[in-house]
Amino acid sequence: MAKTENQKAWFFVLPVLILVAFNAIIPLMTVVNYSVQETFGNNDFFWAGVVWFEEILHSSRFHDSLMRQLTFTFTILAIEIPLGVIIALAMPRKGPWVPVCLILMSLPLLIPWNVVGAMWNIFALPDIGMLGRMLNEMGFDYNFTRQVGDAWFTLILMDVWHWTSLVVLLAYAGLVSIPDAYYQAAKIDGANSLSIFRYIQLPKMKRVLTIAVLLRFMDSFNIYTEPFVLTGGGPGNSTTLLSIDLVKIALGQFDLGPAAAMSLIYFLVILLLSWVFYTLMMRNEEQ
Amino acid sequence: MARISLKDLRHSYMPDPASDDDYALKRLDVEWKDGGAYALLGPSGCGKTTLLNIISGLLTPSHGQVLFDDDDVTTLPPDQRHIAQVFQFPVIYDTMTVYDNLAFPLRNRKVPEKDVHDRVMEIAEMIELTPMLNQRASGLTADGKQKISLGRGLVRTDVNVIMFDEPLTVIDPHLKWQLRSKLKELHQRVKTTMIYVTHDQTEALTFADQVVVMNFGQVVQIGTPVELFERPQHTFVGNFIGSPGMNILSCDSDGKQASIGGQTVDLGNKVSAVPSKKLEVGVRPEFINFADKGLPVRVEAVSDAGRFKIVTTQSDGGMIKLLVDEKSDIPTDSAHLSFDQSRTYLYGDGWLLEEGA
Amino acid sequence: MKRAIPAIYILFLMLPIYWLVSMSFKPTTEILGSFTLWPNEFTLENYKTIFSDASWYMGYVNSMIYVSINTAMSVAVALPAAYAFSRYRFLGDKHLFFWLLTNRMAPAAVFALPFFQLYSAVSLFDTHFAVALAHTLFNVPLAVWILEGFMSGVPKQLDETAYVDGYSFPHFFVKIFVPTIGAGIGVAAFFCFMFSWVELLLGKTLTAVAAKPIAATMTKTASSSGYELGLLAAAGTLTIIPGAFVIYFVRNYIAKGFALGRV
Repeated sequence: MAKTENQKAWFFVLPVLILVAFNAIIPLMTVVNYSVQETFGNNDFFWAGVVWFEEILHSSRFHDSLMRQLTFTFTILAIEIPLGVIIALAMPRKGPWVPVCLILMSLPLLIPWNVVGAMWNIFALPDIGMLGRMLNEMGFDYNFTRQVGDAWFTLILMDVWHWTSLVVLLAYAGLVSIPDAYYQAAKIDGANSLSIFRYIQLPKMKRVLTIAVLLRFMDSFNIYTEPFVLTGGGPGNSTTLLSIDLVKIALGQFDLGPAAAMSLIYFLVILLLSWVFYTLMMRNEEQ
Repeated sequence: MARISLKDLRHSYMPDPASDDDYALKRLDVEWKDGGAYALLGPSGCGKTTLLNIISGLLTPSHGQVLFDDDDVTTLPPDQRHIAQVFQFPVIYDTMTVYDNLAFPLRNRKVPEKDVHDRVMEIAEMIELTPMLNQRASGLTADGKQKISLGRGLVRTDVNVIMFDEPLTVIDPHLKWQLRSKLKELHQRVKTTMIYVTHDQTEALTFADQVVVMNFGQVVQIGTPVELFERPQHTFVGNFIGSPGMNILSCDSDGKQASIGGQTVDLGNKVSAVPSKKLEVGVRPEFINFADKGLPVRVEAVSDAGRFKIVTTQSDGGMIKLLVDEKSDIPTDSAHLSFDQSRTYLYGDGWLLEEGA
Repeated sequence: MKRAIPAIYILFLMLPIYWLVSMSFKPTTEILGSFTLWPNEFTLENYKTIFSDASWYMGYVNSMIYVSINTAMSVAVALPAAYAFSRYRFLGDKHLFFWLLTNRMAPAAVFALPFFQLYSAVSLFDTHFAVALAHTLFNVPLAVWILEGFMSGVPKQLDETAYVDGYSFPHFFVKIFVPTIGAGIGVAAFFCFMFSWVELLLGKTLTAVAAKPIAATMTKTASSSGYELGLLAAAGTLTIIPGAFVIYFVRNYIAKGFALGRV
């Protein structure tokens, strides 16, 4: 749509701007302020320059958290996106089962995050949880509170449980927007289901899938509550993702300077990667 | 290529159709000759698209058979029927180039790449897309996209029939005419049977050799454009085709003459026994003239329609419209009308009454 | 065959929920003592505790209050902004839009401490309004994004016709435009509700007693008398209900809404 040039449009944006600025800029300034200072308690702060940034960037603790975070994010993206698409493709397009499917699938999205964590905790406990007990009965030595592999397995299974539906719903929305004529034409042209997917469904889902990847990327990078409640970052530090580590440093050890510096680095990493996604998405849209 | 026959075809979208009203298509027997250009004309919701989908195999009818030549294809899926269809809204494969779009149906059928190339080049030339072959199909205008849809049907050598489902809906008015003549020209060149579905009488009458008029799920008349105009089998056809449509006046009749508001008129179709049905006289505005004596009317309005003037008059039997030459004089108040006897028809319950019928 | 895929997936989704619900009807002794697939000693004791103890049920009331305030506030400010983005070009519009989206990306963990200090400084700490305001950080950008999508789907001719018919801008916006994008507003409100309802970190950081959300109240079962798992399960079960209720109302918009208005 051709838009009109109108600088007065700023007035429409003003309320949003004030609100978000209050919430974003002031706290961000606080963080920046901490990140360049040193404190020894008693509210005494001293100029520290960029030492915290150097410390964080060189600390193996931060590198490990970041690596764990990236592993986590890319694993769940690699599972949730294809799985969501497959489920969306298999869903009925019309009929009484559509709302039933949609309601049941959306359910995990609306459960408070700590309840999700708690629910999975009691579901996976090896002695009294349904999943843990059954895996042990089947002969697996499963204990997510003790074994690193099991902890990761549970963490990823939980995230797949929690968020795949978002991908399903987005992909499904893309699919139902395809007019019937496309499928009819493809049938007449003799296309098999693989080429229907490749040449009709996938191109039409491209936009919503980009949104799905972007949302899942951002949210999985920010994830805190669910893994914190499920594993508390353990066993050891094995499931300590970036957010969990950050809160440990900031609130647990009250190392405000390093925590703030880490926040900013963390934020910049997300910003950079999201910007890449966003640019790709906008380029698609312009075509 | 094939002759297409529809035998005792009925279709309902309901699982247990009870009355006639539950059927989207009620009893259809039609035969389409090989190589003909047909139009399927009727208002929205008359069952045209249902019929089209049954022929293409996207729908299986509740009753009856579809025959291609003598083969029963009623239950065959679309890809085994060797048909092609152009839809109302252009269907193209966005991510492919124009060339790949045209090649797609052939490649799906495992045609050797060399033959694909020859065929695509030939068809592209025919539908004037050669300069755009390497462009992305999504960048074309609506008429270009419709040409691609058509081209995907034309590239195949095994096509029995090409069907068009209101293909000009999204085309700019000034391009409609151009694309329509292109279609007509292509038909004469490739000689494939074509069925063109539309609710626009101009499109139907200019494209087709034979027009099938449908209403309420049944075929009302099949005929050449001239037949539809000169001898409508049903008041619906009379009214739907022509602008303005046929005048329909309720009347009494003895089978030879009809009386409208006390005045008698001679009929073009004479029957010896008049059935006890609702009787009406139908006559087109083109076949009515002002005269010294005849049906008395009051002239109410005159509107200019280019080479003609449309005069609206009021008689004791109802409103009558007539077309007169733009140069002729039009009485200002009261006047008399005479009907062309051979084009004045008697209808019973809407259908043209015929001897022995 | 094809239908089996969604069926299995839904089964997988329901299992942990089933476990939570079934646990909420068990007494603690049964939970810890034996492994049972459904409650042997069916009890409503856990629910009775929650409904009779103000420190429990006020958690629900608090959550409801701030979620409602947040939803209303987010949609109200997002409407004009989304209109501006969908209809006008202005200095810095693209950058502004991206900057808004970056706030959606901000990890709550980064903001927890500064938020605590900010809201304490303006004396909003431990109020419903504080949580509602804090949640606008990620809900307003999302609402703008969704609404902009829906508004771009409405042809500009609608605006122009209304002006020709003599409508003033505010009159047109409220009487014609807002009803036209009703579905979009519903979807935006749904998302705001959802993210505000499920968020815990900020909700917990900004409250102590008076406005404490239910999700935070739940953590007390861990500290008091050991693990009261039955109580935890019952409280968790109750937090699913408002969400289920909201989905039921917007079920017909879900598929369309997730397309964010334009595909």
